[in-house]
Amino acid sequence: MCTRASSVFFERTFLSAVFMFLLLKVHLLMMLPSYFLIITLSDLECDYINARSCCSKLNKWVVPEVIGHAVVTVLMLISLHWFIFLLNLPVATWNIYRYIMVPSGNMGVFDPTEIHNRGQLKSHMKEAMIKLGFHLLCFFMYLYSCPIRA
Amino acid sequence: MCLCSCSPSRMEFPSGYGSHLPSYSVPSGHYSQVPSKAAASHLDNQYRASYYPTYYSAPAQNVMTPSVGTNVLNTQESQQLYNKTPAHTVGSAEGPIQGAISSASYLHTSAQQSYSAFGNHYSTSVSSSVASQGFPLNSDHYTMPMVSSAMYPNVSYPPVAAGRVYGQAFTSQTLPAVGQFKETNTFSSQSTSVPHSLQQHVPVGYNTTLTTISSAQSIQDSLCRNLTGSVAKVNNQINRGMQYGGYVNNQASSAPAPLSSSSDDEEEDEEDEEAGCFVPYFHPLKPFFPLRLNTRSMTSSPVPAPSVPQTSKASKPFGYGYPTLQPGYQNAAPPAPVQPNNPGHHPGFQHYPQQYPGVNQLSSSLGGLSLQHSQQPESLRPVNLTQDRNILPVSSVPAPVPNLNSDLRKLNCSPDSFRCTLTNIPQTQALLNKAKLPLGLLLHPFRDLTQLPVITSSTIVRCRSCRTYINPFVSFIDQRRWKCNLCYRVNDVPEEFMYNPLTRSYGEPHKRPEVQNSTVEFIASSDYMLRPPQPAVYLFVLDVSHNAVEAGYLTIVCQSLLENLDKLPGDSRTRIGFITFDSTVQFYNLQEGLSQPQMLIVSDIDDIFLPTPDSLLVNLHESKELIKDLLNALPNMFTNTRETHSALGPALQAAFKLMSPTGGRISVFQTQLPSLGAGLLHSREDPNQRSSTKVVQHLGPATDFYKKLALDCSGQQTAVDLFLLSSQYSDLASLACMSKYSAGCIYYYPSFHRSHNPAQAEKLQKDLKRYLTRKIGFEAVMRIRCTKGLSIHTFHGNFFVRSTDLLSLANVNPDAGFAVQMSIEESLTDTSLVCFQTALLYTSSKGERRIRVHTLCLPVVSSLADVYAGADVQAVVCLLANMAVDRSVSSSLSDARDALVNAVVDSLAAYMSTASNLQQSMLIAPNSLKLFPLYILALLKQKAFRTGTSTRLDDRVYAMCQMKSQPLVHLMKMIHPNLYRIDKLIDESTIHVNDRVVPQPPLQKLSAEKLTREGAFLMDCGSIFYIWIGKNCSNNFIKDVLGYPNYASVPQKMTQLPEVDALSSERTRSFISWLRDSRPLSPVLQVIKDENPAKTDFFQHLIEDRTEAAFSYYEFLLNIQQQICK
Repeated sequence: MCTRASSVFFERTFLSAVFMFLLLKVHLLMMLPSYFLIITLSDLECDYINARSCCSKLNKWVVPEVIGHAVVTVLMLISLHWFIFLLNLPVATWNIYRYIMVPSGNMGVFDPTEIHNRGQLKSHMKEAMIKLGFHLLCFFMYLYSCPIRA
Repeated sequence: MCLCSCSPSRMEFPSGYGSHLPSYSVPSGHYSQVPSKAAASHLDNQYRASYYPTYYSAPAQNVMTPSVGTNVLNTQESQQLYNKTPAHTVGSAEGPIQGAISSASYLHTSAQQSYSAFGNHYSTSVSSSVASQGFPLNSDHYTMPMVSSAMYPNVSYPPVAAGRVYGQAFTSQTLPAVGQFKETNTFSSQSTSVPHSLQQHVPVGYNTTLTTISSAQSIQDSLCRNLTGSVAKVNNQINRGMQYGGYVNNQASSAPAPLSSSSDDEEEDEEDEEAGCFVPYFHPLKPFFPLRLNTRSMTSSPVPAPSVPQTSKASKPFGYGYPTLQPGYQNAAPPAPVQPNNPGHHPGFQHYPQQYPGVNQLSSSLGGLSLQHSQQPESLRPVNLTQDRNILPVSSVPAPVPNLNSDLRKLNCSPDSFRCTLTNIPQTQALLNKAKLPLGLLLHPFRDLTQLPVITSSTIVRCRSCRTYINPFVSFIDQRRWKCNLCYRVNDVPEEFMYNPLTRSYGEPHKRPEVQNSTVEFIASSDYMLRPPQPAVYLFVLDVSHNAVEAGYLTIVCQSLLENLDKLPGDSRTRIGFITFDSTVQFYNLQEGLSQPQMLIVSDIDDIFLPTPDSLLVNLHESKELIKDLLNALPNMFTNTRETHSALGPALQAAFKLMSPTGGRISVFQTQLPSLGAGLLHSREDPNQRSSTKVVQHLGPATDFYKKLALDCSGQQTAVDLFLLSSQYSDLASLACMSKYSAGCIYYYPSFHRSHNPAQAEKLQKDLKRYLTRKIGFEAVMRIRCTKGLSIHTFHGNFFVRSTDLLSLANVNPDAGFAVQMSIEESLTDTSLVCFQTALLYTSSKGERRIRVHTLCLPVVSSLADVYAGADVQAVVCLLANMAVDRSVSSSLSDARDALVNAVVDSLAAYMSTASNLQQSMLIAPNSLKLFPLYILALLKQKAFRTGTSTRLDDRVYAMCQMKSQPLVHLMKMIHPNLYRIDKLIDESTIHVNDRVVPQPPLQKLSAEKLTREGAFLMDCGSIFYIWIGKNCSNNFIKDVLGYPNYASVPQKMTQLPEVDALSSERTRSFISWLRDSRPLSPVLQVIKDENPAKTDFFQHLIEDRTEAAFSYYEFLLNIQQQICK
């Protein structure tokens, strides 16, 4: 009885540890787009690259990010990690919303003709910063939540 | 004052500097009346050696306007008076003000003189800077146009100005004096040659003025006289005595780049004075009465010159000129450079705004006095909108003149090319937010100019850190160094710049044409080229589907091209090509040596290719005969076509491929919705929704094809101009993208048909003529720089924003306008002037690389009242229109409409809260903004933003495109047309232009109440003239002007006035042609009778009237008032 309980306990701990480890990796991966975004946008700000190439670079990353985040969020829901799910949900929703709401005439979330207007560059930058912060937060949370959950 | 409305193009060139005056088309006497020394430097010949005025063909429109006409006169007068003043020199000045004026004018004159008398130069700038600190020079901005300028030097001028600016009648006379003293102090502390006794004088005189109330005037007088006398003497001493150090001062102060410490210091100084000034304020009863009396005495007596200074002095005892006035004024003139900070000063009164209530009560208590009103700054005079029904000026609305000292003002950029929504820039973003007005610039950089200095120089002097071009507002620290007015970096003056080609003298960098003109054009060296300058390349892409042939536009286009083939701008390298398309794409081989043009048809529209890449774009001169053959044959080649499809996308791709090696201009003529190949579009318009009041959809593009294409084109220096001649919906919202982002232009001819709609046909013809022959700049980029602290965050117009401040313009044309929105990132407290510079680098059609630089300089103010005083209502409205277009595309039309209304509500509410004595039950606007609600209402009734009235989607989108790309002058006519009554032109006042007598009928309100059945009216909508004839219009008029015996016989479609040999006909025609001359596009004329279907077009422009869907002007005002009270 006792051993069985401990083995179940071990199994769950082990599994969850592996899971968390994977999650960490995924989050590290997902941090990349934000990081890349910040670098590219600041390049644009400093006039190192042209708006056209900047936007075409950035737009490539939008879909992978949306999918990645959605998958992680769904996985959380399936594995019943409620807290992490709720934490991820708003960000994932925002990503999807942003992707859906692109007007038909625009060339993606980042449109070279509009990125310099109405402070869009700044708001994109801010958004990227917030996301980076979020991913960092998640990273450390997962990192320290592993042993605690175990 | 009269200067306010003076044609700015002339103001750029102060008489003193006028070496290129002869090129002015205005016969303005005043230039010749400038002291002969000043005008003497007509070095035309040398001048042309490398610096020659170029004449562009554009008509000198503004020059002819009536207001300008009088203004020229006025300026002239004041100029004369200025020049006379030296005779009555400093010693004879009656009082401080008088002294200030006379010294100012004296100094001013001396400035002028010494500009030609070079040896004297340094002392000049001292004096001119002193003058600029003084009151009068600044104040003239605010004076009413009505004020006779003849009065200016001796009488009403200072008090009027003072009172007006600050909404009160009295005081502030001490301040100018103080300002002057202080200025002198500044100098004295720097140059040892100035006697220090002066500094003692100042407080003495000052205290006197404070303690003596009007009873002690005589003492005061004498004191003041002494004072000014001594000041002036000191000034003179400075002038003479100061050597090199003085020069540093002067230069810095005569040019607008203050150092922070110095300006701080000055402000402290001022505050100190203000603290003193304020004392009487706390005995509010005292000031009222004497003041009143004085004002009365002022009104009653027709003011012999000497008595007036007395009056003004009498009011001085309450000497608290509006505290806020001081910084504003002081700011207007640049402070002297570094000066040790004076810790002893107490901070003085900080709470300026709180002074307003009292002051305003005061002015309202004096409200019965008529003079009171005239003494307020004209632009701040409260206007009760609900009661004042005649707010429209008699002639066109002038651009406000920035409140700068006269030297800078003369140098400043013409408002036709460069306008700011706020001519007084608020110091902080917080202040800007409080004012609730948008801050932005309206640019018309490539405007046709009658006079433009062109500079050929191997080195173009620019700031090393921010790359600003040297301009009139930089300061020369010494002969060898100049300080950038945008980033404040100190740069070296290159050796070459020391030589002045204009005067052929050495060592006068400040007299170079670059530093004397705010609009200049440089011929750029190869540093400014990435590749050799491209030739002029024109490609015409013509729709030849059944629809197009049916409409018959080809004949007009080919005819116009044939007529203007030789006038196409270009040189011997000019190339031209043609592509036609229906469901296939046809190319024309025009290679020299062929006996006739060869048509090459490419039917593989999914993968378009160029059949013979080398022979499709041919040299215009070598293949001229073939081109002519083609143009003659083209209209008839497709007469029997059955092809209804249109493969616009593939044709554009082909055009792009053809153009990409060189760049140039693609002109696309399209008559229907593209239905084949890439970029095909579907009809999105629901005709039932045309008059919907709720949602207007599909204002944005349906596909990104055209946008991508435009960006590709832009990258290859190719612009796409779109002529849309359709009778049905053709999704302009999507098609327009090809021009919007490639810096092209868009023309739209709804329900175009060559024979059924002659008005449109005529319009196309005229537009094409202008389009083909106007100036063009290729591979252009434009950069807009502004003083550190300001930043541009949004751009409006047709271009691609390549980086934060660089606009990529594949082509630039003289009819393109741009707008930018700005924000204040850092507080501007340590600067008194801000500058904006646009530099447009382009390749001319002759293959020259040129840079056109415009620089605008504006004062910084710290009080809300000043911000309102400097608001430029037309610029504000145009910028808001641009913003509203963006808003309606990105959000929704109703949002945009709400935002427009809120802009009025918020700004008026903010204004009314600053002037809290105003009764809340009234709707009050400052005079500068009195037309704001009217214009906004006009915008709301404009095709672009109206709801409830049936508007086709394409019409709406086209109106939006125009708002984004039209320059201010054209846009204003579109928003608020001018209405004139023309059946009594013989009785109107006239002006003479080129031996023609041009009548000047007054502007009428855009309301049906003005349309009498007995009259005939002309409405000038910018691109179209309507002549409306009342039913009972006198037969004489109809016979003489229209050439028909009576009203009934006037035809429905009349687009021209016959040449009848009668006075009224001649007058009418000269008036219309005068209006036409003032704009690049020659507008179409339409005569409208009551039964005419075009009547609705005419009546929808009567924006003050109520329609079933929109408010009348009065209702709109009530609505605003209601919202403000909420």
